[in-house]
Parts: sequence; structure tokens; C-alpha cells
Amino acid sequence: MAKARSGAARLLQDRAFLLTCLVATNVAVVVLFVLLASIFWQGWDTLSWKFVTSFASRKPSEAGILAPLMGSIWVCSICGIVALPLGVGTAIYLEEFAKRSTFTRIIQTNIMNLAGVPSIVYGILGLTAFARMFGTFGTNVEDSISVGNEESLFFLRLPFGSSVLAGGLTLMLVILPVVIISTQEALRAVPSSLRAGAMALGATRWQTVWGITLPAAIPGIMTGAILSMSRAIGESAPLLVLGGLLLVFNTPTNLMSDFAILPLQIYNWAQRPQDEFHYIAASAIIIQLVVLLVFNGIAIFIRQKLQKPLQ
Amino acid sequence: MQSDASTTPKPAAASHAPGPRVEIPLSSPVPGAAAGTAASAEIAIKVRGFSSWYGQFQALKSIDLDIPARHVTAFIGPSGCGKSTFLRWINRMNDTIPGARAEGTLELHGDSLLGKAVDVVELRRHVGMVFQKPNPFPKSIYDNVAFGPRLHKTYTRAELDELVEHSLRQASIWSEVKDRLHASALGLSGGQQQRLCIARAIAVGPEVLLMDEPCSALDPKSTLAIEELIETLADRYTIVIVTHNMQQAARVSDRTSFFFEGRLVESDATENMFTKPRNKQTEDYVTGRFG
Repeated sequence: MAKARSGAARLLQDRAFLLTCLVATNVAVVVLFVLLASIFWQGWDTLSWKFVTSFASRKPSEAGILAPLMGSIWVCSICGIVALPLGVGTAIYLEEFAKRSTFTRIIQTNIMNLAGVPSIVYGILGLTAFARMFGTFGTNVEDSISVGNEESLFFLRLPFGSSVLAGGLTLMLVILPVVIISTQEALRAVPSSLRAGAMALGATRWQTVWGITLPAAIPGIMTGAILSMSRAIGESAPLLVLGGLLLVFNTPTNLMSDFAILPLQIYNWAQRPQDEFHYIAASAIIIQLVVLLVFNGIAIFIRQKLQKPLQ
Repeated sequence: MQSDASTTPKPAAASHAPGPRVEIPLSSPVPGAAAGTAASAEIAIKVRGFSSWYGQFQALKSIDLDIPARHVTAFIGPSGCGKSTFLRWINRMNDTIPGARAEGTLELHGDSLLGKAVDVVELRRHVGMVFQKPNPFPKSIYDNVAFGPRLHKTYTRAELDELVEHSLRQASIWSEVKDRLHASALGLSGGQQQRLCIARAIAVGPEVLLMDEPCSALDPKSTLAIEELIETLADRYTIVIVTHNMQQAARVSDRTSFFFEGRLVESDATENMFTKPRNKQTEDYVTGRFG
């Protein structure tokens, strides 16, 4: 009954499996390479310092991406600055402090579900909650209430309207569930023996979290942060709903400034019939990739910096 | 309020626990209790009618025990007998387990360790703990030892340096690590890590050290090092050690308590426990006939 399996057949099976895996991996690599090559092919010639430092124009040769570039940086910075503390705080509460109850289970399930909600829905929420503030302050721009000096960085206007702050907060909603879930995973991966060790030395829960658990979880948390920031930079749908503008002729100076963003600008140029616009769209994609790499680089730098005591 | 328990122990013992129980003759010398045993020691931890539960499950059934100060007390017994549970009540580590509760008397130098009024953070400064698996923090050797003291007080750099050195010396690991204090503690061997954990526990200045099978994850050589360390530490600290290793209990402890199915079956000077146990179950266990 136990028939010996032929050595040759097993070897063949092994080879076939290896080949399948190799092909699968290479499909992704080849697609990425083709994509990058075609973008660089189209966009490299029109890429110049002038392109980066000019505002939009009807003539493709004069058009630049300064406004959407700065808009994307502002919006994503606000998004990250708000989403990280909120997300990490929520995860710490759920993992380290909250007792397992029906209430926390409901919260947990909700966060899981929110991570799967299409981003355009967050755009509608952002429009209602941040841009219009549920109509609390009326619907006319004239009715809005100003707080602080318009020259100041922290000048506020209620409701926020289509401002970088509203944009950043809307993107924050999009990535918050992902930040929370990845932070929870990172905290769960910290061995409970370390918590017990700290507690046995007389550490309070706060001291345990701050001194032991959080530092040990930082690499995982930052990895989650990198992934969510990459998503935030590429998102266009929620900001489209919010009224992300295309023809902006100034860079943001405070939280209430109008803004354009790179993905929408790229879309706008790419859908035009003239080839010249397609070329500068490709150039803008290159810039967007650079911005993405810089944001990820910052996150990796922070991760290395905070990990140092562990080495 | 516990005076009745200490002056008239017999009725209490009889009502709480069926089966053989021997009151620990701490105040009067026992024949056979040689010098170095707890014959006339001061009592550090006093336990009377102590029971504990995990939810509906009763893990400990009416324990009466005196743990002498500055001696080594070993808890032995088969897995699930409640010895670790008991250990974890002494520094209230069971607080983190949902559904864990306890009743009875558990006192450290006359102060109750139970109830919500106890400041567990303060308690754990006085009652340190070493775990089964070495659990150094993913930090430098220096920071591992300094972590505890820094929780409770602000030190100058020089004070902290001195405290770290003192703790590492006490844990007999100073000579091995003095040249790499700022290297990661995770680079140490298992035995070194465990001694580091002992240094870490000592650094906060406890009077009681609880050890939950501290050698079960170590090789024989490291085990020997830890056992020698325990003997030297017993001059200054009250040590309670849970062990599955009968020889270890015989080697390091002054007194031994045998737990079985949540009850304290017998507690006596270690020599007596291993040579002439008064209880049949104890005899069977220490001679390896069950468990």
C-alpha cells in the first residue's frame, strides 16, 4: 500500500513549484519596471527645475506643479501629524488598558470595518464634518467665523472649507483605521514577559507602556505609518469630493489655504488630448514618486533613530 | 486582628484544611533543624487561611504558612498545584489576570498585601520577582538594571552608576559585563540574562525576592551559578523559590513547602522534608513516586 514515490517525479514537482513562484514574482517586477520605464521615457525631458517651481498654465510648456506639490506636502504632513498620535493612542488604549468588554469589541469590529470603507465615502464625511461642519455656521462663505490673524500659520476659519486642514483631516480619517490596526499588531507582538518584568519592578501601566512596550513596538508602528502615508499621498478621491482645486496660483501659507494635490493634477493633465500634457503628467508622476520616497525615508530615519538603544 | 490565628493556630488549621497539616515550628527549635535553618527566624510573610480563585476555579485552598526573613523557602509540587499562583499573589502579579481573587490573610511584616487599598506599585518595590524565562528588556545591560530605580526616583549619573555596579556585583555578573555595560542585554547567554534579571530586581532595593522556576530554562552550569547566587543572596533577602527540581530545592532552600491540588500539604525545614517527611503524599512526591 505504501508505494515508494518516484524520486524523479518528486524532483520535477519541486522544480515546477519553484518555477511557478519565480514567474509570479517576476510578473510584478516586470510590470513595475515597464511602468517606471514608460513614465521616465515620457516625462524625463519635460522635467526641469522650472517645472517644479512654476504654477499651472494653459500652455504645457509653461505649466508647473509648484501648487499641487506644496499642497500634497501640506495635506500629507497634517494628515500624518494628526493620524499618528490619534492612531497610536487608540491602539495603546485598546491593547494595554481597555478591559475586554462588549464595548471594546464593538469598537474593535468597527475599526476593522472602517479600514475597508472606500475612501470616497471618507471624502463625503470630510466634506460634511470638516469643510462644512454640518452647516453649523451656515453655508455661505461670508458667514464663516475667523479665529486669529490671517498672517499666522494657525489662522482658523470655521467651517474649514476646502482648506489644507480639511484635506489633511479627511485623509487622516482614511488612514486612521490602518494606523490603529498596524499599531495594535505591533503592540501584540511585544512579548508579555517584558510587560510582566516591568510591572514586577513596580512600574505603573503608563511607565510600562512608555518605557518598555512602546519602544519595543516602534519598528512595527513605523512600518504601518509608512504604508499608510504612502496611501495618503496617492489618495485623490476623498480630496476630489472635498473640492481639491486645480488652478491654484499660490502655495499654502496657513491651515486655511486653498490647495491642489499631485494625483488630481496628474489626472487632469493625463486626460487632455494634447500629447504635451501627457509628458508633463509623466513628469509630475516622477515628482510624486520622489515625494513618496522622501516621506518613507523620513519614517525609516525615525525608526532607525528610535531603535538605536536596542542595538 | 490576626492575633487569634497566631496564638491558636490549631483550630484554624483544623477548620480550614482537612488532611494532615503541620504547624511550622518557627518559635521553638525543632530537633534535626540544624544551624542555618529557620528555627528562630523573624517571620517576613505570614499567611493564614489564604484561598484564591480564577473565576470559579479554586486554585488555593486555605493556606497557612510562615515564610522566615532572610532565608530561602522553596515551593515544590506537581504542575497545577498552585505554587506559582501563590507566589504571584505575594507581589500581586495576579492582579493582571481577569477573574483572579483571593481571601484570607497575607501579610508582609504585619501589613496586609490584599485588597484595593494596597499600593501595588509600592509593594512591588519591596517584593521583587524573577521569572521562569529570562526576560531582559531590549535595552543595554546598564539600562536594564537602571530601569527599576529610575521608575521610583531621580538619580544623578554617579549615584546610578554606583547602584548599577552594586546590583550587578550582588548578582555575581559584574566581572562578566563590566566592559560592555552599554551593549544590548539580548547578547548575553541565558544564564547571564537570568543573573541580569536578578540584578535588575535587586536594584530597586527589595526585601523579598520571588523566583518562579528561575533555572528551568537554563543549562546545568548556569543553574549552578544561579543556585550559588541564591545562597549568597539569602543573607540579605527573603527568598521564595518555586521549583520543579527536587534536588534544587534540597540544595538551595532552608525550608520547603509541598503543595498539592491547591493545598499546602506539608512545610518544614528542608532536611526534614527530604529525609523524614511526616506526610505520605510528601514522601511519595520527594522520592519521585508521583508528580
